Amino acid sequence: MEVDQLQRNFLEYTNLLFREGFLDGQFSQLQLLQDESNPDFVFEVVSLFFEDSERLLNDLTIALDQQNVDFKKIDAHVHQLKGSSSSIGAQRVKNTCIAFRDVCLEQNAEGCLRCLQQVKQEYLLVKTKLEALLRVRVPHLFSLEQQIVAAGGAIPMLNDFC
Amino acid sequence: MEFHVLAVDDSIIDRKLIERLLKTSSYQVTAVESGVKALEFLGLLDDENTNTHVQKAVEVNLIITDYSMPSVTGYDLLRKIKESAMLKDIPVVIMSSENIPSRINNCLEQGAEEFFLKPVQQSDVNKLRPHLMRGKCRTQNQQNIINKRKPLEECLSPDRTRPRFNDFELVQ
Repeated sequence: MEVDQLQRNFLEYTNLLFREGFLDGQFSQLQLLQDESNPDFVFEVVSLFFEDSERLLNDLTIALDQQNVDFKKIDAHVHQLKGSSSSIGAQRVKNTCIAFRDVCLEQNAEGCLRCLQQVKQEYLLVKTKLEALLRVRVPHLFSLEQQIVAAGGAIPMLNDFC
Repeated sequence: MEFHVLAVDDSIIDRKLIERLLKTSSYQVTAVESGVKALEFLGLLDDENTNTHVQKAVEVNLIITDYSMPSVTGYDLLRKIKESAMLKDIPVVIMSSENIPSRINNCLEQGAEEFFLKPVQQSDVNKLRPHLMRGKCRTQNQQNIINKRKPLEECLSPDRTRPRFNDFELVQ
């Protein structure tokens, strides 16, 4: 595939993710930190985010499953998830976490369970989209980014969102 | 002039971010995951370090730390550094995801140079240079006095190619 077309696809897809609110300007900041000396920076940070989030979501599930729910612990976990999603620009996950913390303050277990469901959903959504953007999901298919690089092009930046 | 920054954050993502941001400014970085690890690195854990001159292998020119950390918070770390005769002149910067005025004021009153709201960006890191320059001169002056060596003026003309910090080795 021609480099131009690939770059357009990449930009369009990233554009879409920004428009739909999945990603915010912080993601662009991550892209700015990637260069020839750190070519996998975005991929590395996003991978860390996936690992960290899955651990936190698991801890939250366990915490909410207890007889006596420890709301302080729940709040601590959600605070962490809010922080990491904010750091990579996963806007919808971040916003869901903000709402989650409010419900947690009310010490409402039912409400917290609903929030957890929402966060899980938002997380899975953004994970799927980021994977498509950055990673090899099926071995014989390359991500858009890798195709561009393989064709000799550079990864385009979204300067509008900086 | 080479600067070495100690970054402290319990979030692995934020550690990676701050490390990258600092490296783009060509700073040497040591990133640790807790206040305890930071105290250990700074030599503040083992001994009652108040007025003893502890010759460390590594020189730290600035400490940037997250506020909310388990056990030893960024605020605790800030206080311990400012209470240490050896380390009190090292500039400390606090990062936090929460915009709480009383928190910010407490940190600044306790001696923090800056308070950055997360997510930290390049524009924030750009603010570190003047603090680093000042810190470096002060530390060198302190060392010069202790070692009875070159005067402060040396530090203020960085274009001279004279070897400095012979007592210290940067741990890579």
